[in-house]
Amino acid sequence: MLYGTRLRALSIATLVTMTAALALAFFYAPMDADQGFMQKIFYIHVPLGIVALCGFVWGGINGIQHLRTRDPKYDLRSYVAIHLSLVLGAGVLITGSIWAKASWGHWWVWDEPTLVSFLIVFLLYATYQPMRFSIEDREKQARYASVFAVTAGAFVPLNFIAVRLAQAYTHPRVFATADGGLPAKMQLPFYLSLLGMALLYVTLWRYEMASKNTSWQLRALRRKLAGDDAVPPVGRTAAPTLPTS
Amino acid sequence: MILAQTTNALPDNTGYVAAAYLVFFALVLIYVVIMASKLARFERELTELNQLVDERAARPPAVTGSAPAGAEEAARR
Repeated sequence: MLYGTRLRALSIATLVTMTAALALAFFYAPMDADQGFMQKIFYIHVPLGIVALCGFVWGGINGIQHLRTRDPKYDLRSYVAIHLSLVLGAGVLITGSIWAKASWGHWWVWDEPTLVSFLIVFLLYATYQPMRFSIEDREKQARYASVFAVTAGAFVPLNFIAVRLAQAYTHPRVFATADGGLPAKMQLPFYLSLLGMALLYVTLWRYEMASKNTSWQLRALRRKLAGDDAVPPVGRTAAPTLPTS
Repeated sequence: MILAQTTNALPDNTGYVAAAYLVFFALVLIYVVIMASKLARFERELTELNQLVDERAARPPAVTGSAPAGAEEAARR
């Protein structure tokens, strides 16, 4: 499968949506009565968090597919999804810390369930790559990684629900609160920002998949042209390998 | 004077907002730079492979069935 197809259109759509979302966030959305200008962090922090968590679940879905079919392409999809979500997750933690400092005066608050639960999910997934690297056998590595992706992927929504059910929270709720949630003029920039972030995730995911596939196709081509000796053996790596023949 | 008034009118936590957005853009930029370096490596590898194909095409084709004249001469020596 060619992962590079329609990448240009996707990239342009991402750029346009993100630009429009940022313009609306800064020039259309009203100032928050409590937080003022610093509430603008919300338009990047929350979509980052939602997309990162959905990416982890997407990694789990591909893990299920891999366990069902034993097709290495699903292991690669799962690996790339989790890898990208980790990058976005780091962004969530950093932007969240900045917002916490601006809003509460502290970089981190340990008695805040949403923050700590996201950190737990992030740290859980931070063990994914070292876990893969520790297994030398390729077949076993892919299988164990898929089991990890499925169990951790199932933990993500459970964790989210548990936090929503928690009583004592100070973290702002934006959807379905008793007070009515997000005002209408803030909804449009937020949903557009969420769409832009989702598009960015899909674009980067496809770029990474195209890159990995091209790398292995080049390797296969070199082997065909110059023989097995011209291609150095794959060393120990956390990244999945694809069949090159 | 006008600049000073404008600066005073801005909320004092602008720096935090700018920092949060900069972190996001920096992450995306780093990712894009890594992808660009990978692309450059692919281009180098493709150039190498193209050269390999050109070298092969420039070589005379091997004759099957009978030994080439050069090989017979070498065998006589």
